[in-house]
Amino acid sequence: MANLAINYRQRSRDYYRAQGYTNDYEWAHFENAPFTRPTKPLGESRLAIITTAMPDDSAPRKSRQVIATPVERLPSSMHTADLSWDKINTHTRDVASFLPIQQIRHLIAEGVVGELAPAFYSVPTEYSQRNTQETDAPEILALCQRDKVDLALLVPL
Amino acid sequence: MSLVARHLEANSIATVVLGSALDVVEYCGVPRFLFVDFPLGNPCGKPYDRKMQLAIVRQAVNLFDTVETPSTTARTPFNWSDDESWRDTYARVDDSNRAALLLKGEQRRKQQQAARSAGDNRAPMIPE
Repeated sequence: MANLAINYRQRSRDYYRAQGYTNDYEWAHFENAPFTRPTKPLGESRLAIITTAMPDDSAPRKSRQVIATPVERLPSSMHTADLSWDKINTHTRDVASFLPIQQIRHLIAEGVVGELAPAFYSVPTEYSQRNTQETDAPEILALCQRDKVDLALLVPL
Repeated sequence: MSLVARHLEANSIATVVLGSALDVVEYCGVPRFLFVDFPLGNPCGKPYDRKMQLAIVRQAVNLFDTVETPSTTARTPFNWSDDESWRDTYARVDDSNRAALLLKGEQRRKQQQAARSAGDNRAPMIPE
């Protein structure tokens, strides 16, 4: 089905142009990706979940900054309204459809994953790649290091 | 999000990206990617389908064990629906919304200008 996959870069370009923007967005592009081999078996590793959704009950959600939310209490909703997702064909009322805390807990109970980091992290989607690279990504790394995270599962909406 | 994955990976934290924008993630380049060919919004599976959601997340974390080289994309076995019409509607531009989109763009540029004047240099990725 690969030939059917949506070309979001082209769609976005056309959508921006239709809104009267004259400079096309330049998507981040690299020839190679970095690679780190996990140092521990998955069943002994601490995993962090990283999402583009913001906590619904958090005052700073609109300030577009990195937020860490404790995982003990499963959020019943998340703030996704200002993210780009398919608002015609689906919805985000089921948090587990984009924030896999329950699924990871299930896999921990099975022994597949070691443990969950004490918080999940929200990272704002940014037009400015510089903001992401110089501010948000280092903040997420600092949170991962603080929480002694071995592995990160990043789940953009 | 792909940029965050790259930054973590470059700093010794192994990553898996689980998402539905195949072209965007692959264009950026990430170490491990599980592509879910669904409408944007439900990368972990269809809403309330707990069995599918667990299967997808299981497949995602298994990539930590199985992937040996960077820029590896795996795919889930699931289809959103037999009918493929959902692929046509996202960010669609046609005669029915052309005038409205132009107006929306003008309003947005005014907001952006006001935000910049107030010292806010942050803006969402793709405004909807």
